[in-house]
Amino acid sequence: MIEQDWIYGFVGGLLIGLGGAVYLLVNGRIMGASGILGGLIDGSGMRTFWERVSFIAGVVLMPVLLYPMFENVDTHATSNLLVLVIAGLFVGVGTRLANGCTSGHGVCGISRLSLRGISATVFYIMAGGLTIALLRHAWGLI
Amino acid sequence: MRNLFALLAGALFGAGLFISGMTDTTKVQGWLDVFGAWDPTLAFVMGGAIIPMFFAWRLTERRKPVLGGDFPTPPEPKIGKNLIVGSVMFGIGWGMAGLCPGPSMASLSYGGIGGWVFFAAMVAGMILAVPVKKRVFATA
Repeated sequence: MIEQDWIYGFVGGLLIGLGGAVYLLVNGRIMGASGILGGLIDGSGMRTFWERVSFIAGVVLMPVLLYPMFENVDTHATSNLLVLVIAGLFVGVGTRLANGCTSGHGVCGISRLSLRGISATVFYIMAGGLTIALLRHAWGLI
Repeated sequence: MRNLFALLAGALFGAGLFISGMTDTTKVQGWLDVFGAWDPTLAFVMGGAIIPMFFAWRLTERRKPVLGGDFPTPPEPKIGKNLIVGSVMFGIGWGMAGLCPGPSMASLSYGGIGGWVFFAAMVAGMILAVPVKKRVFATA
């Protein structure tokens, strides 16, 4: 049985891949969210400042337009600010050390059959799975 | 022109993240929760995203980007300390909150104060990564 969420997931995935294809074929760049943002934060990407800002503007503003068309949109994120701060720090340091996240290593790396992209994806999914197993099931923290 | 297409790519990426449900942390944490109520949605998203990207990479062969310059050259296929430690750290944070950099940005407009707290911490982590990379991983 195919659930509706999976269809939305697949269609949304196609759009994500299409965005990556445009960024690659037209601009000649890899669509990695952590790299595009990180280059602005640590100053390493100032030469392509406006290209990065334009991309991020698209990512942030498109959901604003779509929001009224969908019902019950919510991130359902934890209200525990300490968890959010620690998680954010780990995501920020980790993605910059590894030079990529779910979009760069995951979407762009796997589709290129890149050994680095595939390895990174295996590592972060295993670490994420283990984190959920420990924090939710073993320790009951989240 | 580059900025216009960057905006278009970002808009497609943002729309895809929003529609696919990847800005919903219960879906992401559900995918990682193999011992609980496992949610396979993320696999459909990843599969859907890889299809256009696979063809895009094929189109880069013997061509140049439409707006000039060169395509990114493949990095050395080296699995260094940086990649492993960084990815494990990213995975821990991703599992804890169910947010990664793309969805964190895409949900800023409706994710409330928590979304901004995560985003701010992530930005701080990106600044912190510079000295960490220099000192701890000087050889990698």
